[in-house]
Amino acid sequence: MDVFPAVMQDFLHGDRPGVVVDSPPGAGKSTLVKRVATHLAGAGEPLAIVAQTNEQVDDLVAGIAAAAPDSQVGRLSRDGYLASARVAGHRNVVVDSKMGNLTGSAVVISTAAKWATVTDGSWPWAIVDEAYQMRSDALLRIAGRFERTLFVGDPGQLDPFSVVETERWAGLSWDPQQSAMAVLLAHNPSIKPHRLEVSWRLPATAAPVVSEAFYPYTPFTSGTGPEDRSLFFRTRAFGKSTVDYSLETAAATGWALHELPRRQTLRTDAEVARACAQLATRLLERSAVAVSEKAPDGAPVTADRIAIGTAHRDQAAAVRAHLPADTGITVDTANRLQGREYDVTIVWHPLSGRRDATAFHLESGRLCVLTSRHRHACVVVARAGIPDLLDAHPSTGRMYLNEAVKFPDGWEANQAVLAHLSEHRVPA
Amino acid sequence: MQNAPVTSTEAHLDRLRGDVAPVNHNARTIAALTGNPGCRRRAVLDAAGVDKKAMSVHIGHPVPFGQSTFAITRGNAFEAQVKANGCAELLTMLRERLGLDIAEVAYNDLEEAGGNGSREVRHALARRMIDGAAAGVEGAGTLFDHPLLGLPIGGRTVYLEPDLIAFQVGAQFHIIEIKSFPVIDGQADGGKVAAAAVQSAVYVLALRRLFEELGHDPQRVSHNVILVCPENFSNRPVATLLDVRRQLTVLKRQLSRLRRVDELLATLDPGLTFDLGVRDGTATRPAGEVVAALGEVEARYSPDCLDMCELSYFCRAEARGTTHALGRTVREELGGIEFVDTALRLAEGRLAPTVELAETAHALRTALRMRTECLS
Amino acid sequence: MTALTALARAIAVREERAQPLTTVRHVHIGARPLVFVPLALAGEANAPLAALVGDDRAAPHLLVVPQPRNRAQRFAFAAELGHLVLDYLRSFTHFREDVPINRGREVRQRFSDAPQLIVPNPAGVAFTRLLGRSTRLRRTDGPYAVDPVVPLLGRWLTFLAERAEHPGSSLMVAMTRALSMHWATGQSSTEDANLAALLGWIAPPEGRSPVEAAADAEDADLWPPAGPATDPTFDNEILSPAIARHERDPRHFDGLRKVLNSQLEPTWHLMWRGIDVLGGLSPGASVAERWADDRDSFTNYVTYLAGDNPLPQARRDSATAAARRLSTMERAQNVYDVQRAMDDPLVMAEYRLGGEAFAGTVTYAAPDRIDASSGRRKLRPQILVHTDDPLRLTPGATVSDRSRPKQKAVIVRVSTLDSGGYEVQLELSGGMGNSLVAPPGSVPAVGERLTYSALDAAFRQPDRFPANEETPWTHGGPPQQYVPTNDDAVEDWS
Repeated sequence: MDVFPAVMQDFLHGDRPGVVVDSPPGAGKSTLVKRVATHLAGAGEPLAIVAQTNEQVDDLVAGIAAAAPDSQVGRLSRDGYLASARVAGHRNVVVDSKMGNLTGSAVVISTAAKWATVTDGSWPWAIVDEAYQMRSDALLRIAGRFERTLFVGDPGQLDPFSVVETERWAGLSWDPQQSAMAVLLAHNPSIKPHRLEVSWRLPATAAPVVSEAFYPYTPFTSGTGPEDRSLFFRTRAFGKSTVDYSLETAAATGWALHELPRRQTLRTDAEVARACAQLATRLLERSAVAVSEKAPDGAPVTADRIAIGTAHRDQAAAVRAHLPADTGITVDTANRLQGREYDVTIVWHPLSGRRDATAFHLESGRLCVLTSRHRHACVVVARAGIPDLLDAHPSTGRMYLNEAVKFPDGWEANQAVLAHLSEHRVPA
Repeated sequence: MQNAPVTSTEAHLDRLRGDVAPVNHNARTIAALTGNPGCRRRAVLDAAGVDKKAMSVHIGHPVPFGQSTFAITRGNAFEAQVKANGCAELLTMLRERLGLDIAEVAYNDLEEAGGNGSREVRHALARRMIDGAAAGVEGAGTLFDHPLLGLPIGGRTVYLEPDLIAFQVGAQFHIIEIKSFPVIDGQADGGKVAAAAVQSAVYVLALRRLFEELGHDPQRVSHNVILVCPENFSNRPVATLLDVRRQLTVLKRQLSRLRRVDELLATLDPGLTFDLGVRDGTATRPAGEVVAALGEVEARYSPDCLDMCELSYFCRAEARGTTHALGRTVREELGGIEFVDTALRLAEGRLAPTVELAETAHALRTALRMRTECLS
Repeated sequence: MTALTALARAIAVREERAQPLTTVRHVHIGARPLVFVPLALAGEANAPLAALVGDDRAAPHLLVVPQPRNRAQRFAFAAELGHLVLDYLRSFTHFREDVPINRGREVRQRFSDAPQLIVPNPAGVAFTRLLGRSTRLRRTDGPYAVDPVVPLLGRWLTFLAERAEHPGSSLMVAMTRALSMHWATGQSSTEDANLAALLGWIAPPEGRSPVEAAADAEDADLWPPAGPATDPTFDNEILSPAIARHERDPRHFDGLRKVLNSQLEPTWHLMWRGIDVLGGLSPGASVAERWADDRDSFTNYVTYLAGDNPLPQARRDSATAAARRLSTMERAQNVYDVQRAMDDPLVMAEYRLGGEAFAGTVTYAAPDRIDASSGRRKLRPQILVHTDDPLRLTPGATVSDRSRPKQKAVIVRVSTLDSGGYEVQLELSGGMGNSLVAPPGSVPAVGERLTYSALDAAFRQPDRFPANEETPWTHGGPPQQYVPTNDDAVEDWS
């Protein structure tokens, strides 16, 4: 069901200054934002759009500039910003570091940090994108500039974080270290989030797994059926290696758990790093082809359609060290993969090789981001023994009064994902 | 009452414990099962109901756990005050603070079942009263103090010390947990709240199980527990709702693992026993034998145990020289190497690493090189 | 916890003594700190039981609450402590220094020194914070009037406890935290929370080895806990009867004092030993700068309290206050992290080990290289640096070396050497004047050893936040301004 009319009705005529749309991975959040922006721009209504990273801003600028070719789109940037290719290509985009030079723009788009430096002016309409990634204090700085605001985001993503550890604000409804969405919903219980319920990214093999593990109270389905997507290789493997087995398992079932022998290792486990790199390069060597509703005749899975995701930056660096320079394969941490989409992802399991889990490694948002970036298949690389580690995990954390309990719990989500992966295990 | 052993598992556990009554579980000891669930030693000893405290004294590693008389006095006084006059103060607060619509109240203390204090009688009384209330029998009551609930732990039913009140409002039942740590400006100690949440979750689980047995919907027992604490620096009670869904999940999983204790037992020498040979209140079995018996079951020591487990001082002494003794994070940073000496010799290049340890050894050597360079 | 700290703990196990984690001291240790060792009554919400306090190690003041559940006696304790603390604080308000501001066009003043409150452990900080909370809202007139010093003490203790959370501040220090920041012991951080054990590893008492001293520390008869919690056995067997005796007959007051002093005195001596040990380390280069921030903060609060109708701190931060404080703390944390690394090669080594910094030797330098690619000729020297560090920085990263803070170096290329290690090609800009010829010494020379890192302590403009009355609807809208109420003033302390 298309929620756009209901969202628009609520946004234009609702009795609350804010409207919230929750979206699971790949459920058309960007499309919704584009439609709302085009609608308002067409009506000549000034619109402000807030995103969290420059990458996201550029995506929005390019998307909206293309969708509303007759409207001027202003990209408010920091000093010294060089327009990326996808932004520079549009003639209706104006880039400037001063709001004063963007006055003719129907839509002004910038990061939350940059919006916070805008000292005057107010906007009748605003969209805050990726509002679950935004910290509450960042919203506090800008919310007053907008009369009516549409907040969109994915509740399963990683929570924002702070380098300062303090319990000082625990339990406060306006805790600045909480996400912007958590805080605004806590203060406005009458706002009932709209929900997108169909993922157009995740294949039929992944949507139920991700939905059950990470969205237990707000389930979603995949927009495509099992027949709509497939992945095959143009070349055969000679004398199959476990890497090939894992790739073929993933191609056939959407998932593979490439499991290395049990061992407690350093965080930068060289064997896991090598396996991640090998899986990605082997995928290219085997000339994988992805068939989907977008490409019914199949499209080659090129390097830019492959991502390797890790929990830590040093792990990403370790993987890169095993890849030839300039392969074009994305290697990044979960934090940086948020909001991105690939055909095939290779995931370094955050708990691989550990003896103990920590809150960081268990965080449900981390595993959710890593296992929900793909359109076709996901290969998880891990050392054996994670189920034992989860069972042995002591639950001795601290708990604060009046603090909303976040669901799902990372421990539970990890159990659920692992239970599913165990059916796709390839001992390596 | 502990049921008579009927299975081989129970017989095995009885043999491990020896010729003494098993130590009773309470919500606190069950909650402790989630504290270090990876410890096989603790799992076996707890399943067998071994008196770990007596054992730690006997083998010369007593833990300095104790409770101050001042804390006990204060806790009792606060609880008595909250419960005085049929929980009058408690009810006022539930109405005012949580906005609960409580019309008529009947308070039932199930502590003394008509003078018959046996567990069976008290449990039967609790069943009957709660069954009546759940079935909507008129005048069946609102508050049930000290209901004796049971929970199957590792294959046998144990009774829980009933430090709780079950409270019915509408069709919902809540657990009320009274604690004497303060809530100051809406905040309380995170560790104490977490501990209270797990303990309450044990009661929620036990009450839900009772509902199930009695044919009522277990979901009528709310996962929102009512935590009652003194407010600010006063003796005035304040209630806060505590969502214990997470704790329930963890507990259920750990209890189901405990049900598989026979898998653990199967790995033990059939002749193994932790019997202290108590005669006239004195342990007579040589301490060395007990220590040897303990050595048969692997512990998973970490310094966190020092606050939680009666055997922790023994396990710590046993772990001396290992990286476990230095804490989880140190162990992790040292690449999971078991012994401190091994880690150092690898770092110094005095020990050739196995293939598996090559990477760790390299990282340790780099770290030591930098440290030496900076300190010279 | 990092690999270097873990390694230091391992070495401490083998050497059987504490190992340094730093080459310099990163906290300020004042010439005349105020040591405060409080004890609380078990089970109560921050009921003071006794304290040793003072700035003279030879002459501690013993404060005792003979019946800790007695409200009047609690306030008498707060008043007595208040006079001691306020006298101490005032002693730092006699001398001021000029600080140039606005590029030297104006001058402001700050006190030339500031107070420093040292407690045994983080629980001591929490006790201080709650003691501040329970006293700062009191009234000095009306039905529950208290000694005027009581609410003033409350504000100061609250101020100090808040500074204890501020990264890099030394106005209030928890001894165990300060010591474990500088030394690794051969035990776990759980055991390091015991001051006697921690200090036993670092500086054991005469005649005891560190391992023996750490073992002794677990015997509450030899080393009573450093508070505020007391030993339960002491409570049950000694304190409880002593309080009861005193209740029956006030002539037993000295006995009660003696009993409590016995629990406090060992910690008092440990505190001063800790101060000596820390004082024996040479301070890092940035310690004075951070202490100047502390002095500013002290000066500002003195000024605030001397102004019109100063309000006590609110019970909880409002939305804007919380956001503003978080921003301030995050900025301070960043500066503190960077300064420590710049001051201390052993702290920098953590970054090197993590690949975010590297140390190496210049193997080639082209100090007069000109870049004319953009049309304008620019001086862009390049150097090659050989490093054996596990480098993870990639081309394009901007780094700098501590000895040339104004000079930026951009990594152009990283090559792996067959002999092991990496060769890093760097392009330099800045810190070389305006001509096309680099002044001597401004470009690193062959053979020079450098440590490049991406750490950046550059000044960042403070973030702007809306005023309290402009709190947006997303955060609950404008809150009512906090005005202490009568309820606050008469709140039970029972």
